[in-house]
Amino acid sequence: MLRWLFAPGFFASPPVHSALIAGGIAALVSGVVGAFTVLRGQSYAGHALADISVTGGSASFLLGISPLWGFAGTGLVAAGIMDMIGIRRPRGRDLATGIVRGAGLGLGALFLYWDTTSTNASGVTITVLFGSLFTVSSTVLPLVGALSAVALGIVLIGYRPLLLSSVSAELAVVRGVRVRLVGMACLIAIALAVSLSALTIGTILSTALLVGPAATALRLTTRPGPAIALASAIAVAATWLGVVLAYDSFTWPPTHTGWPVSFFIVVLIFAGYVLAQFLTQRPGRVRAQEA
Amino acid sequence: MSHSPPPPPPRPAAEVLSVDGASVRLGGRDVLQDVRFSLGAGEFVGLIGSNGAGKTTLLRVILGLQPLSAGEVTIGGLPAAEGRKLIGYVPQKIQLDPDMPVRARDLVGLGLDGNRLGIPLPSRRRTAAVDEMLAAVDATRFAAQRVGSLSGGEQQRIMIAHALISRPRLLLLDEPLANLDIRSAQEIIALLAKISTQQQVTVLISAHEMNPLLPVMDRLVYLANGRAASGTTEEVIREEVLSRLYGYHVDVLSVHGRLLVVAHAGDGFEVLAGDETAAAPGHPDHSAAGTGE
Repeated sequence: MLRWLFAPGFFASPPVHSALIAGGIAALVSGVVGAFTVLRGQSYAGHALADISVTGGSASFLLGISPLWGFAGTGLVAAGIMDMIGIRRPRGRDLATGIVRGAGLGLGALFLYWDTTSTNASGVTITVLFGSLFTVSSTVLPLVGALSAVALGIVLIGYRPLLLSSVSAELAVVRGVRVRLVGMACLIAIALAVSLSALTIGTILSTALLVGPAATALRLTTRPGPAIALASAIAVAATWLGVVLAYDSFTWPPTHTGWPVSFFIVVLIFAGYVLAQFLTQRPGRVRAQEA
Repeated sequence: MSHSPPPPPPRPAAEVLSVDGASVRLGGRDVLQDVRFSLGAGEFVGLIGSNGAGKTTLLRVILGLQPLSAGEVTIGGLPAAEGRKLIGYVPQKIQLDPDMPVRARDLVGLGLDGNRLGIPLPSRRRTAAVDEMLAAVDATRFAAQRVGSLSGGEQQRIMIAHALISRPRLLLLDEPLANLDIRSAQEIIALLAKISTQQQVTVLISAHEMNPLLPVMDRLVYLANGRAASGTTEEVIREEVLSRLYGYHVDVLSVHGRLLVVAHAGDGFEVLAGDETAAAPGHPDHSAAGTGE
């Protein structure tokens, strides 16, 4: 069974090692941060930050630096701008997010054009948009670790104020929580989580990793701690299993050149969500009848 | 209205809240004008007024969230910003997501330490405090359910427990009876009256309908047009007092033990207070009542 799942050479391959480490860490962070993203109803902000990181990712190829620097750099700047122009008010929030997202994507289009016309890296567009986990260089792993530590640190240190202000900003203010600061810190954590998964599964798909496992976990658990743990477990499991399947797929039709890792990861996350939906449907119906 | 610091005003030790000439001007409109009253320990006081009378603004002033244009508010002798620690607050109906993985007891626990950093370590003392507070509001039986999936009355109990677990001296509730059916409203009132006596906590509860509160209120603060009158029901719900607040003549009627405040409007009349139906089971308008602010 195991031999069937793990193709020969899987554990000896250096790109697989990097993929498992970078992908696993990015998934862990996405699960933890994603739980709060969904709790706070900031999925759209996460989505926009992911789109905006296209700008930095495509610029990084022109500058010859790791795309992770580009993803994280633009993500943080965009988070700052979104906070400045009124992400706190629910109505201003979507507007601010949409405006920043539009501007970012416009720049991204320009940089991607330059990338593909002026350099030889014709695969840049695919890499930026859809990721390529097997080409993640092992030299970028320390940066992955550092950014992850910051994102996880924000969530762990700010856990209670974050949770309380997610339930109700009003209750949090009265308890003496600095809601604005908490919101800003959370947005930074989201930006970092999204840039990490942009590196592994691409900017377009990175919100799938942020929102999917969290939404699944929130359906299956009634407590915040276990929800966060489950979200990260689902994200990591989907990523690792995706890496395994992608490695296997080099022998698959139609092209025998392998299917993209990102495809497997996203499909697994979606399957998990559908399964959770199916599992929790029955209790939901009973509750509806009682009401 | 001078409050020079040198001779500290001789406040009775039991005074929990003092609102002294509080005025708030927002956008050229006087939302509160020279509001003054004080609350003693363990008092149960209603903050009565129709929608837009300034109740929520006054509660925000007491919480230190709304700056005053004139006047002073002290809580337990401290200015509002510092006195906030002594206050438990139950906001107006919060929309809670039923899918949110936060149990009722988790929210109560956050009332104890929701402002602290780090993840809460399991502690027997914390668990015991949460259990005790859940029992005090009679919420033990649904403590393990998601807070968003609870009924309005159940959520209200959890909010009260969340506010009380930090052992405040003053409990503020913003329209806690709005959106509740009659029975749940009566249960919440009885619960608050019990807590106020047992824990010697002062309760200030805002409501646009005073009748359900009449049996339990020690005193009331009546707000109209941003002006306030305070005292016992007999002292405040009088034609001369309320006419002065409203700025035009109003009548006070007592109908089947319920008080109605009525003003002339055109050829007919308009009921300014007391026309809600929480105290009158079977009233045909019941389904339309209590849509809140």
